[in-house]
Amino acid sequence: MVVSLVHYLTVSAILLTLGVFGIFANRKNVVVILMCIELILLAVNINLVAFSAALNDMAGQVFTMFVLTVAAAEASIGLAIVVAFFRTRGSIEVDDINQMKG
Amino acid sequence: MIAATLIFYMLASILVVAAFMVVVSRNPVHSVLWLILAFVNSAGLFVLLGAEFLAMVLVVVYVGAVAVLFLFVVMMLDLNRLAWREGFQKAMPLGIAVSVVLLTEIVVMVGGWSSAKGAAALRQAPMPDPASVPNTQALGEVIYTNYFYLFQGAGLVLLVAMVGAILLTHRRHPGVRRQSVAAQIARRKEDSLKLNKVPTGKGIS
Repeated sequence: MVVSLVHYLTVSAILLTLGVFGIFANRKNVVVILMCIELILLAVNINLVAFSAALNDMAGQVFTMFVLTVAAAEASIGLAIVVAFFRTRGSIEVDDINQMKG
Repeated sequence: MIAATLIFYMLASILVVAAFMVVVSRNPVHSVLWLILAFVNSAGLFVLLGAEFLAMVLVVVYVGAVAVLFLFVVMMLDLNRLAWREGFQKAMPLGIAVSVVLLTEIVVMVGGWSSAKGAAALRQAPMPDPASVPNTQALGEVIYTNYFYLFQGAGLVLLVAMVGAILLTHRRHPGVRRQSVAAQIARRKEDSLKLNKVPTGKGIS
């Protein structure tokens, strides 16, 4: 039994679903929500690399690198916002973040 | 080939378990550690797929930088661990419903998917033979030619993220005296030094 593209797509689909589920499940901690976003982006990366390997196309790996860049930037900005929010409000619960009444 | 299959299943199962533990862990520090395990295992998957450079980048950037950043932030914030799971039950049905719908959609989509006939001819950057050109060199040859402007743009994204993170978290301490290099350099001898002729026996006031 050879590992094919579908196997990797399955893993990445499970990973993406777990990430989305984590965003819904963690109402108390913004940091864990950021980790779940990282999981989703990791699933995207696995998808891109799997298709890159299946189609013998380097473009997928290039875009994986760009997704990595954006993920790193997003994590740093998100954590900075969390730290700044924690300094002013003393909490990072999602229910407390309602100053803009969104 | 059987070894590659076994390694794939090992990496994939550990990856899924680690991702699940990231979501359900009670302690955020444990979540970060499970996240690191998930990153390492997906780096293994990348190696299996022949993307060695990206695997190493994943280990260095994600495990070495992003996950450690998460760890610092989680440990720096004084979080009340007991109150974590209060909202867990409340949002559970919605989360499960959305997840099931999403997974079903993906399964339907992947099940009905097939590659187009002319897809191979439309490739942006066909991969050279891995035996003759290593993965890192092949990636570099594509990035620094066809995707050069996007590469520069990625650098700009990182610069903006760095400036934004510093701006968001930087605090001014009003009571703290700082070194003012410009004022120090601008000092002249005549500004600060005065020579007094002291008469003998009288002193100066």
